Amino acid sequence: MRYLPLTDTDRQDMLSVIGASSIDDLFVDVPVEARLTGTIPGLPPHASELAVERHMGALARKNLSAGEAPFFLGAGAYRHHVPASVDHLIQRGEFLTAYTPYQPEIAQGTLQVLFEFQTQVARLLGCDVANASMYDGSTACWEAIGMARRITKRGKAILSSGLHPHYVSVANTMAKFTGDALVHEAPTLDAATDIDALIAAIDKDTSCVVVQYPDILGRIADLTPLADAAHAAGALLVAVVTEPVALGAVKAPGHMGADIVVGEGQSIGVGLQFGGPYLGLFAAKQKYVRQMPGRLCGETVDAAGKRGFVLTLSTREQHIRREKATSNICTNSGLCALAFSIHMTLLGEKGLRELATLNHGLAVQAADRLARVPGVTLLNDSFFNEFTLILTRDAREVVRTLADKGILAGVSLGRLFPDASAIGHGLVVAVTETVTAEDIETLAAALEEELA
Amino acid sequence: MTMLKEGRPTAPQAVDTIAIAPTATGNRALMLEEALIFEIGSTDTTGVDFAEAPRVASRLGSLARTDAIGLPGLSEQETVRHYTRLSRQNYAIDLGLFPLGSCTMKHNPRLNEKVARMPGFADIHPLQPQSTVQGALAVIHELAAWLVTLTGMHSVAMSPKAGAHGELCGLLAIRAALEARGDARSVILVPESAHGTNPATAAFCGYKVEDIPATPDGRVDLEALKARLGPDVAAVMITNPNTCGLFERDMKVISDAVHAAGAFVYCDGANFNAIVGRVRPGDLGVDAMHINLHKTFSTPHGGGGPGSGPVVLSEALTPFAPLPFVEKQDDKFVLVEEETAEDHHAQTFGRMVAFHGQMGMFTRALTYILSHGADGLRQVASDAVLNANYILRSLDDVLDAPFGQSGPCMHEALFSDKGLADGFTTLDIAKGLIDEGFHPMTMYFPLVVHGAMLVEPTETESKAALDQFILALRSLAQRAKAGDEALKGAPYHAPRRRLDETLAARKPVLSWTDPALSVAAE
Repeated sequence: MRYLPLTDTDRQDMLSVIGASSIDDLFVDVPVEARLTGTIPGLPPHASELAVERHMGALARKNLSAGEAPFFLGAGAYRHHVPASVDHLIQRGEFLTAYTPYQPEIAQGTLQVLFEFQTQVARLLGCDVANASMYDGSTACWEAIGMARRITKRGKAILSSGLHPHYVSVANTMAKFTGDALVHEAPTLDAATDIDALIAAIDKDTSCVVVQYPDILGRIADLTPLADAAHAAGALLVAVVTEPVALGAVKAPGHMGADIVVGEGQSIGVGLQFGGPYLGLFAAKQKYVRQMPGRLCGETVDAAGKRGFVLTLSTREQHIRREKATSNICTNSGLCALAFSIHMTLLGEKGLRELATLNHGLAVQAADRLARVPGVTLLNDSFFNEFTLILTRDAREVVRTLADKGILAGVSLGRLFPDASAIGHGLVVAVTETVTAEDIETLAAALEEELA
Repeated sequence: MTMLKEGRPTAPQAVDTIAIAPTATGNRALMLEEALIFEIGSTDTTGVDFAEAPRVASRLGSLARTDAIGLPGLSEQETVRHYTRLSRQNYAIDLGLFPLGSCTMKHNPRLNEKVARMPGFADIHPLQPQSTVQGALAVIHELAAWLVTLTGMHSVAMSPKAGAHGELCGLLAIRAALEARGDARSVILVPESAHGTNPATAAFCGYKVEDIPATPDGRVDLEALKARLGPDVAAVMITNPNTCGLFERDMKVISDAVHAAGAFVYCDGANFNAIVGRVRPGDLGVDAMHINLHKTFSTPHGGGGPGSGPVVLSEALTPFAPLPFVEKQDDKFVLVEEETAEDHHAQTFGRMVAFHGQMGMFTRALTYILSHGADGLRQVASDAVLNANYILRSLDDVLDAPFGQSGPCMHEALFSDKGLADGFTTLDIAKGLIDEGFHPMTMYFPLVVHGAMLVEPTETESKAALDQFILALRSLAQRAKAGDEALKGAPYHAPRRRLDETLAARKPVLSWTDPALSVAAE
């Protein structure tokens, strides 16, 4: 029990100050029948640091980590190299073990980081303002739909067929309870995006159109006509970015007319982590700032006139507005936002553009090479670092077989869309700077063998 | 030695009367002022080297980003300095006692960090084939088993990303269960002392929220609650131990009454820390309860998050749990991502997040749990409650303790501003604590107490640390009672003096703008 500093002598001394004869006396308000007298059966006692590390290490080694295999998975989570100084800095105890900055005089470190993070995110997404982060991209996406409902006073959201199916699932779950109507079609293996269909679907009841960019199949399209059509009908355009590195190479959604841009910030600084914790990005036009969910950090001055930062606009929040709050979000992803911000500072605009160019170049090489494999067709000619291959048979089996050979080949569309059998031959392949030319050759050779 | 009530309070201190020589830089020796990255970085600077990109024709179509993005870069050394300097303007549990009531700031063992960074956990993708992530699924399964056993519940939904998200999960399960039996109910009852997230969550699930008053001794008014129960009530959201720091003695009676009325009991488990290993919420009739892994099982909060809020569920709610979930089938772990007609989760309310929850928090929490074991976790609750009562009894002669006679407090001690000199408030005590080298306690919460000060020491504080804190708080209480005007200006020694929060809200400045550009725009 190495984390508990009290000695038995301390405990006795403290009990005498309290005027209690035993610890049990402090639990007198618990009904007798609910008090546990001994340790709970079936659970082991405390273990040494060495024993725990061995146990957890054994479990870790049962997983095939991305660094051990040719690795091509994306679909909402991306593997990028994170510079060593990022992890070093987030492990400084003053960042790692701080709490929400409720006492700004002694939390300026966290607050300044959040202010810088908000500015970086707003600029990256092409918006006026960003918040201090949300849980992840999928929940941020749902919150954007809720925000559009509050702004437009309409309750019908149109979701692009290219939106990540898990994001659609989260929205569906919430809509069942809030009464929003969601319009969504599963994608088909079509090289063109569904922009025209989305425009055709907008009507006077539409609160927002939600479109992913690049989308789940890796396709990219100009969002400007969609934004114009939405605005003409009094609706908002919500854009979802799951791979923010792309925005070092392609136009920002905010610059194409999106009113709210949300995203998954995991790919900058955070790491794969089997799905969490991740980092929800949330940005919008200035005029909607008071409808934004989540925490905001703002600049102000202290009593001596020095610049400082505080959490602000909390009148939108749950602890003041209770049932009238703009969201029930309490926690943000502070440490992940810190990692994102440090990584982005190391990159700078120059580094981000270089990283994006490198990702795109390798992806183009990989797409061309893989498209030459017999039985493989490249679906989309236009993409950033992720594209869809159409195989001659169900990609789920191919992915499983290749995993048995130590190759993590990509994400089969059949796993993402179990109800849409027509799409099962699709394989979404992501290529980042961590992929080597040898990895690409290994995958091509394995696919060739598998599809022969 | 014991800390006696008379203690050794420090004399009221005058503000430094000796003029402090200014510095040209604004720096003060080890405490360095730090500009924003937008002021010190440049868009031509980078701290990262990349391999040369292949020379290929672009496939970006007409969408290439040609505008300036406006992202400054720093070299690696400048980056390390920038963030190291900023870090030194933060208070943190690694620096000292962090007695924020209801937030449970305890020691963060570094073994947890080491384990979470093992490549087998940190560098795996959520959509890898299940055959390649058996160890990760085993972690989720093993942690789930601990949570179910410690709470005496039937199952646990692991995916909620934070405590408030867990509340949402619990209420969605309740709503789904009610709808499944064709029983549309519209009201959630929330006691006055509930966390602010509770009513917000209920409203987000489409419910009306009604308050239930507290008794003079700081607990739920049982008679008022019973009187309000009826066929329109879906659930009662109750916090136990409650936010007054007290155990709800009538919890079982409340649960029985709620169940008899056809409703469910949601327990806010933020304070599970106080009872782990000593009481199982399942034995008290709870139907759903979130567990803030970052609080009870020590995952670092990193300046605001991430959190993690698994929700334990009763048998009645289990079929409605969210996807995905992990099951053991023979010798394999299986991640169930879609509902299938034959499984016992066929009535799931759906998916709450894109992937499987906060895996990085699961590895940390499981590491912490295994380190403590069942015996250590029981000692956690014992020491957390002992430390809180020690603080309560060491200060109740100088600070008003509104429920000091309502029974032992649990893991947090509640004081109020009653008895301070006119014009002196809880805020002054809090800011004075900063100068004394402590993070302040939670202020003005719970709302049922005027000028509340909620102090939670946690179990990882030594007696010496508590004694030092008590000494500081005694001194501040005496200064505030004596009307020491200097206290109203505190803090004097922090990186910043009191900050103008009204200005920040009235004229929100939420991102940095180049002053040259803002001048040009005017």
